[in-house]
Amino acid sequence: MPEVIRLALVGSPNAGKTTLFNALTGLRARVGNYPGVTVERREGELVLAGRQAVVIDLPGTYSLDPISADEAIVARVIDDEVDEVEAPHGLVVVADACSLERSLLLVAQVMARGRPTCLVLSMIDELRARGGSLDRERLEAALGIPVVEVVGHRGHGLAGLRELCADPSSWSQPAVPPPEDAYERGAWADSIASHVITQPLAQNRLTEAIDRVVLHPLWGTLFFAAVMVTFFQLIFAWAVPSMDFIDGLIGSASAAIHQAMPQSLLADFLADGLIAGVGSVVIFLPQIVLLFAMLYLLEDVGYMARAAFVVDRLMGRIGLEGRSFVALLSSYACAVPGIMATRTIPSPRDRLVTILVAPLMTCSARLPVYALLIGAFVPALQVWGPIGLQGLVLLGLYLAGPLVALAVAAVLKRTLLPGEGLPFTMELPSYRIPTLRLWLSQVGGSAWAFLRRAGTIILAVSILLWLLLTFPRVPVQESLDPAAAASYALEHSFAGRAGHALVPLIDPLGFDWKIGVGLIASLAAREVIVATLAQIYATEDEGTSLRVAIRADRDSNGEAVYSPATVAALLVFFVFALQCMSTLAIMRRETNSWRWPAFAFGYMLVLAWSMSFAANRIVGAIVAA
Amino acid sequence: MDGDLARLSELSPGQTGTIVSVDDAGPIGRRLLDLGLLPGTPVRALRRAPLGDPGVYELRGYRLCLRQSESSRVQVRSA
Repeated sequence: MPEVIRLALVGSPNAGKTTLFNALTGLRARVGNYPGVTVERREGELVLAGRQAVVIDLPGTYSLDPISADEAIVARVIDDEVDEVEAPHGLVVVADACSLERSLLLVAQVMARGRPTCLVLSMIDELRARGGSLDRERLEAALGIPVVEVVGHRGHGLAGLRELCADPSSWSQPAVPPPEDAYERGAWADSIASHVITQPLAQNRLTEAIDRVVLHPLWGTLFFAAVMVTFFQLIFAWAVPSMDFIDGLIGSASAAIHQAMPQSLLADFLADGLIAGVGSVVIFLPQIVLLFAMLYLLEDVGYMARAAFVVDRLMGRIGLEGRSFVALLSSYACAVPGIMATRTIPSPRDRLVTILVAPLMTCSARLPVYALLIGAFVPALQVWGPIGLQGLVLLGLYLAGPLVALAVAAVLKRTLLPGEGLPFTMELPSYRIPTLRLWLSQVGGSAWAFLRRAGTIILAVSILLWLLLTFPRVPVQESLDPAAAASYALEHSFAGRAGHALVPLIDPLGFDWKIGVGLIASLAAREVIVATLAQIYATEDEGTSLRVAIRADRDSNGEAVYSPATVAALLVFFVFALQCMSTLAIMRRETNSWRWPAFAFGYMLVLAWSMSFAANRIVGAIVAA
Repeated sequence: MDGDLARLSELSPGQTGTIVSVDDAGPIGRRLLDLGLLPGTPVRALRRAPLGDPGVYELRGYRLCLRQSESSRVQVRSA
């Protein structure tokens, strides 16, 4: 007998696999990645009849005949072809009892692999509620493998399953394996189903009734719009108070350190490097928690698949599918939760394309930059009624990002990641009342995954940027006031020198070295450019006085640094450039390599530079005319 | 045999039929079979998305969304 029993859960999406996994392992899942693919690897430990056991929660699948590298992982784990994963001793197939005629097709494929297999029938409660019944013993006899009925979220049938799983080698195996041919398999499944289903189940009336409204051409569209507006409102506006609160907390922590400690490098590091770095991680938590609370609620209730169904046609035009829409909408608030939301997209290619264009959506970190530049340089003209020029420019910037995102997605799907890909085949599950416990664990798990996976990278880069903005330290004249001294120190830091070095590259856009430093600092997060410019211009605050200072800035020829052409170029640059290490960090985690974040950074930089150059020339020409 | 031969994509919402054949070429064809779109399987068109595509079909005890590009590969005899 093996020292540790290894079990793998196999089943279609929505079969109740994750509920069973949580019920068995008590939510203690280890999450990682399979080598070479972007599929999440979930394992949990448990004790079965006094012996250690590991359960692998394989990704949901309808078939063991893979049509993508990511899908192939299920078959490869079962066949012991993944080096990092030991072969499971027993395969536990989870099947929805309400759709046995369908589920048996997968059961047949798993059984044909010749490893010890048992079948767990889930959703028995729904089967009974709909007046159906099936004969478990007959099914066991017909299949030749053990069959257990469970209601995962209530724990019914779990004791029997645990007992069974303690010794997979004792499981009965069929005398004749099921057929391998898809058509013969169908006949096999039909004959078994008709033999064991003693009472066919009635339609799910509640689900039918809800769908009549929720998928109605008019009401369904309105309902979808209402859900999306709420969703957007939640992560965009309702997260703001708690984010402001965290921001305030970080600010007072920094101030407290400066006050308590004598002026020193250590105090600067603690206050402006470490605390600010931790802050830039924690600041995302409210949005991430709210996003996942909403996302999992919609998923657990059964609406998520319906939302994807409603918008699929639109997304299909650009080669993506319905589920990409939700991720892109989330990215309007922030690309970090948006990229995490792509996990609901089953096609790895669609998921990757969505991840690659998500940072183009107009995230909330761009707003402070837009606000500063528009407030300082765009005249507050009334264009039409209450609609002003400033608002129109802001609207244009907000729309430019997503439009280009969709265009880039269409191009990527046709060039870099072409091919037929997965067909859009999605199951519409029955509506269910979600369980609080599962929901909380899903939300908590995602928040923790963010802190652990992306937080570490974000913190490290924050500290690195602080070092670049602080060193080397140059002697500052005593006579300078503190603001001017800080400005002087910044100009001579590594970042300041890099800003000067960038000039040949950014001069065509009309940017000087100060903007260069701001761009480097904004790699931490876009809005940091505002604080950095405030430091360079040695202004008291980041509001009015910074606006006055940049408006008054003149180059060596006495011309305004922020000419209309330069301002337009800078705004456009921020529309397209991927200046956000948090996004890069989360991309790295979600795609399991630095290749894709590097690609995204590169293509967005090229896009930003060329668009920015075009904006500079066009606006320059208009002004000259 | 009664009923007309049609593509699954041509069934109007509420109409039922029995699958006659599936264009099983390529990975997508194989996947359609694995999803249970097999000859002899009864199927019912439930509804279409507000924009006309995809559609939802009920078969083998579950509801499956298919785009026209896939559902047109399935031949049914309407009831």
